[in-house]
Amino acid sequence: MEKMPKWADVVLIPLISLALAAGLSALVILAIGEDPIAAVKLMVDGALGSSYGWGYTLYYATNFMFTGLAVAVAAHAGLFNIGGEGQAMLGGLGVAVICLFIPWPHWTLALLFATLGAGLFGAAWAAIPAYLQAKRGSHIVITTIMFNFIAAAVLNYVLVNVLKPASSMDPASARFSETVHLPSLHELLAPLGIAFSKSAPANVSLLVAILACLAVWLLIWRTSLGFEIRSLGKSEAGARYAGISPVKITIIAMMISGALAGMMAINNVMGEAERLVLNATEGAGFIGIAVALMGRNHPFGVFLAAILFGFLYQGGAELALWTKIPRELIVVIQALVILFTGALDNMVRIPLEKIFLAFRKEAN
Amino acid sequence: MDFLTLIQVLDSTVRLATPLLLACLAGLYSERAGIFDIGLEGKMLMAAFFSAAIAASTGNVWLGLLAGIGSSLMLAALHGVASITFRGNQLISGVAINFLAAGLTVLIAQDWFKQGGRTPSLLSGGRFEGLEWPFAIGPQDAEATGQPVSQLMKDANPVQQVYSELLSGHSILVYLAFLAVPATWWLLYRTRFGLRLRAVGENPAAVDTAGVSVVGLRFAAVAICGLLCGIAGAYLATALQAGFVKDMTAGRGFIALAALIFAKWRPWQAMWACLLFGLLQAISLRFQNIELGPIVVPVQAMDALPYILTVVILAGFVGKAIPPRAGGEPYVKER
Repeated sequence: MEKMPKWADVVLIPLISLALAAGLSALVILAIGEDPIAAVKLMVDGALGSSYGWGYTLYYATNFMFTGLAVAVAAHAGLFNIGGEGQAMLGGLGVAVICLFIPWPHWTLALLFATLGAGLFGAAWAAIPAYLQAKRGSHIVITTIMFNFIAAAVLNYVLVNVLKPASSMDPASARFSETVHLPSLHELLAPLGIAFSKSAPANVSLLVAILACLAVWLLIWRTSLGFEIRSLGKSEAGARYAGISPVKITIIAMMISGALAGMMAINNVMGEAERLVLNATEGAGFIGIAVALMGRNHPFGVFLAAILFGFLYQGGAELALWTKIPRELIVVIQALVILFTGALDNMVRIPLEKIFLAFRKEAN
Repeated sequence: MDFLTLIQVLDSTVRLATPLLLACLAGLYSERAGIFDIGLEGKMLMAAFFSAAIAASTGNVWLGLLAGIGSSLMLAALHGVASITFRGNQLISGVAINFLAAGLTVLIAQDWFKQGGRTPSLLSGGRFEGLEWPFAIGPQDAEATGQPVSQLMKDANPVQQVYSELLSGHSILVYLAFLAVPATWWLLYRTRFGLRLRAVGENPAAVDTAGVSVVGLRFAAVAICGLLCGIAGAYLATALQAGFVKDMTAGRGFIALAALIFAKWRPWQAMWACLLFGLLQAISLRFQNIELGPIVVPVQAMDALPYILTVVILAGFVGKAIPPRAGGEPYVKER
């Protein structure tokens, strides 16, 4: 018997966890002598009050959709991919190689191949820890953490010694050519007669991210590969008994996960910076963990949670601009969300289950 | 490279290995008891901030150390509650603790000191000073002879160089860290507590059957972990450097974790692993690109080497690293 109706598990628990995280964040804001209600108002105004704010919110959300989906796909296979950051960095390298060295006639072709390149680089970076987990039994969490640091060193080396133009001091690649410029939401919406801010970085990658959400939903719940991934995540012994190869599925699931994390680069590298810079990912790989936990590893949940975190990021930037509250408040909120939806899940779940059981007894 | 340069690199190796060693031993207690801890980084960072903040405002480094340990213990308690009491995912809890520390330290630093997320620089009294051993070359000799210490060191014989540069002149926390190695060995392998602690990481059900509290032992291990991370963080901010700056742990918690795996969860080997990784840091600080005949080793390779070595060890190509068997799993009575 289910202890709780499904809606309570999917909607109520994340909302309670979010409320707890928000409550504690409000206390933190009070403690540093600011008004939490004014802060929320400022965040809503700054992130959602104008098409400029929305443009930034959706730009960040695009990043988090990719990294959130990456964590979610791995989680369905029972793997904790903490290496989204490194995979996204390598994805950036893939995008840079595709955009710098091939003269593309049109941005559509460039986007298609940049997405493939980013995915390929990210998948390759995830494949090594996946192989080591599947074949050699080394813990995927530790290896993916190590690969984040190795990725940072690789990027540093490539940017300083290979991709940096000789005339420049800045450890960054040359600017991509005009033809691979991705249309921003302003350029996309203008023909439809909708005025959208010109200076906001949200771009066509948002649509790719939404497509990726759909594709992951199809993959996980509508294909046999998805079934095998979920079986492995539920029980390795069960999967083995059903004739599913844990080695194969572990490697495939991690490569899909790495590809999704890598594909983030079409948004931040190709869409926004239009060149590869050091630390282009800005921690988005780690926010994917919070997004996937909050979204209960479901693509639609990830979509909503990514927009929530996009709002927090843009709102936090506005707070840092207009008040004494530094940007790091967002990191605290992110930590609290991970803590309550992930590590302290049982703290919310067990009392709630008891309440539902008590009601059920009364009804009988 | 002359002998003195070598000694100076080794000296800085010892200094850089100290925070790694303390954090590594911290992780050793926790993981030997079956609690994975990827939040070493966060606990160190929190302790670094609070020790520097209290040392800066009171001028007393010992109060700073206490504050650092206290703040690290708070995060350890959070990790314990999440992963032992509520049987949550230990890895996710560790991730949350790292972010909590990264955010809160800057937030509070900005609120208290308004210097862009750093503490004021610590003056003498607010820092752990080096302990000059008897007969070592130190500032007094420099004053007496009217020559700088570096010149005196150059003129001294090799034994004196080793004694004065490598052994003498570290802060008390350095000696404490290296004493913690035999202490940990003794505690783990020669006491009843240590036997139980190791058992609870391998087979908690057996410990429970013997009538010993699994929860109590695990909380004790997590508390020791918090204590040692606190000292590590305080060392970073009040001895190695003079004050806290944003994200000053810079991945040291993860290098310590790597060292722990490298050492296969054993104290003496942990010391050698930390010294090795400290040496790598010391080399990349002192030299940029290293020329080995025709090959130039870029500085980034030195930065990545601890992580690459750990992956190689984890992969079992050079001696397999097998973690404590019950690591990462919450213990549930009556399955």
